[in-house]
Amino acid sequence: MKILKLPKNKLDFFASVVQQFGEVHAPVEQNGQFAFQPVRRWSEVRLDYNRTILPPKKYFLPPRETLLQYAGDAGYVPVMEGLDKKIVLFGVHACDVYGLNLLDLVFAGAYRDPYYQARRRNAAIIGIECTPDEHCFCRSMRADFVEQGFDLFLFDIGDYYFTLVGTALGDDMVLATGPLFEPVSHQDVEEYKRRSARKREAFRLHVEIRDLPEIFEMEYSSDIWQGLGERCLSCGSCSMVCPTCYCYEVADEVQLGSREGPRARTWDSCLFATHALVAGGENFRKTRPSRVKFRFYHKQRGFVAEYGRPGCVGCGRCIVACPVKIDVVEVLNQLRSVQNVASR
Amino acid sequence: MLPAADVPTYQALFTANPYLPQMARIVRVYKMVKDNHLFTMRFTDSELAQTFQCKPGQFAMVSVPGAGEAPISISSSPSRRGVLEFCVRRVGRVTDALYRLRTNDLVGIRGPYGNGFPVERILGQDLLLVAGGLGMAPLRSLLWYALDNREKFNKVILMYGAKTPADMLFREELVSLVDRVDATCLLTVDADPTGTWKGHIALLPAMFDHVQIDPANTHAAVCGPPVVYKFVLKRLLQLGFSKDRILMSLERRMKCGVGKCGHCSVGYKYTCLHGPIFTYWDAINLPEMV
Repeated sequence: MKILKLPKNKLDFFASVVQQFGEVHAPVEQNGQFAFQPVRRWSEVRLDYNRTILPPKKYFLPPRETLLQYAGDAGYVPVMEGLDKKIVLFGVHACDVYGLNLLDLVFAGAYRDPYYQARRRNAAIIGIECTPDEHCFCRSMRADFVEQGFDLFLFDIGDYYFTLVGTALGDDMVLATGPLFEPVSHQDVEEYKRRSARKREAFRLHVEIRDLPEIFEMEYSSDIWQGLGERCLSCGSCSMVCPTCYCYEVADEVQLGSREGPRARTWDSCLFATHALVAGGENFRKTRPSRVKFRFYHKQRGFVAEYGRPGCVGCGRCIVACPVKIDVVEVLNQLRSVQNVASR
Repeated sequence: MLPAADVPTYQALFTANPYLPQMARIVRVYKMVKDNHLFTMRFTDSELAQTFQCKPGQFAMVSVPGAGEAPISISSSPSRRGVLEFCVRRVGRVTDALYRLRTNDLVGIRGPYGNGFPVERILGQDLLLVAGGLGMAPLRSLLWYALDNREKFNKVILMYGAKTPADMLFREELVSLVDRVDATCLLTVDADPTGTWKGHIALLPAMFDHVQIDPANTHAAVCGPPVVYKFVLKRLLQLGFSKDRILMSLERRMKCGVGKCGHCSVGYKYTCLHGPIFTYWDAINLPEMV
């Protein structure tokens, strides 16, 4: 892998150069929280953010999008507007890159989702290293570091960003800056390793994921689910902010007196009462405990069966977003019958 | 960003848009049973109509423009090309809209989806179909597939029970099978208010007394309301059926049919990709399944 370093004081210049690769979106402050937004002034960008309200999935699976247009006898026509727009996501944390890598698995396969894939194709990802806060447990989920899924990845090593070049596009970005990037020295590598070790020490939450799917099977009838179901409001906030939640609803919308209309998909949540409801009134997950359990089960058991890893990146967003303070780390450790312990 | 080699340009991606229905016309609506009509549909693209292939037990996503899309079992056998038949129960928004359409109206169809019955595993062996009530709809494709490829199967046995003769799906065609010497067709009703029913009047499990079944050499496909599963599964297990020789078809909410929208998951499997046909062994291992 090509590894270079970028002088920190030239970051804004680098950001202006990458504009030629697409509209630059980066984390900016929004009412005390952070959100990926189109960048108007580089000075408003907060690369020291902890987590954005919504993960970058909003760019690839938007909260609402029109898939098809029904046009009378012509049948259904795909709506492809905006899919060719090039964007650069600047400052994506490793856990969110990992989350996109997981969504890639879902939206690929025998039936690839062309809407998602087109947007992915047209987005460049510049990752940035971060410092875990009290809700981060990405290390437990093996998402504190990513080997792929980015074009460039920046690590703070003092006066420079240690830079991994992940793709040919990333290399093009480097080249477009002229002689801005410098080769790394042995000392830089040592500094990277020191900081990497220090980051490992900073995690305060830990979940052991080995044999967790099996523990889910063993605890399928646990009282834990009843208790969680009684607290859960079925609001779906955890799903909306989750980097790996992808469930969606599809509906046709018709204008009155017209034979035309869009078919749109919108984010859905397995916590909503209608998620498993079929025509005729049968509901396979009628109760809140069954729905809360399903969400945990799908992340920690279903994903592992399907993709060989949990559908959780440890970003901590659901912990922050839950209005009744259901804490995924607490739940998983409770299932394992262990105390929340610091990671090593 | 995805590696460039994996992803063609975005326009090329849309040459295979899994969400895009193909248009079809309703060519016939046959009122089999109240609120259970048989819709015959034909793709407007005549080449597609002739080349469309599916396996028995698969389903399609059927669109009624403006109302939406719903997963519906393909009731016709893949051995009969040209048209698709759907036995549709009038039960929700989309099916209600479908019932308001007339012959020659347009619908959208995409598919076929799902695993279908594991026909290749049954070839050369006995096939037992057990249906109760509306459970005949997803089994009919397999029945006709077996009858149309009769030499590829050993014994073919159908047991079908309905409340009364008027509630029996595909009644005329099934009654005409009773006389066939190369298949055993046991039709039964719980009661016959008409007094004209010539078949059995008994509960479905009683049909097991009329045939010899070799469990080690038979696959049983079962579909029906919960009471059917309760008694038929028990009977099959008593006979010595292995749990992976008992096949069942599942119904779940579906919005995509292709393993993306998340609604049809049972335990850790998707009904649309890993099903809708599951073995009884799957069923007892997947939570929430039955």
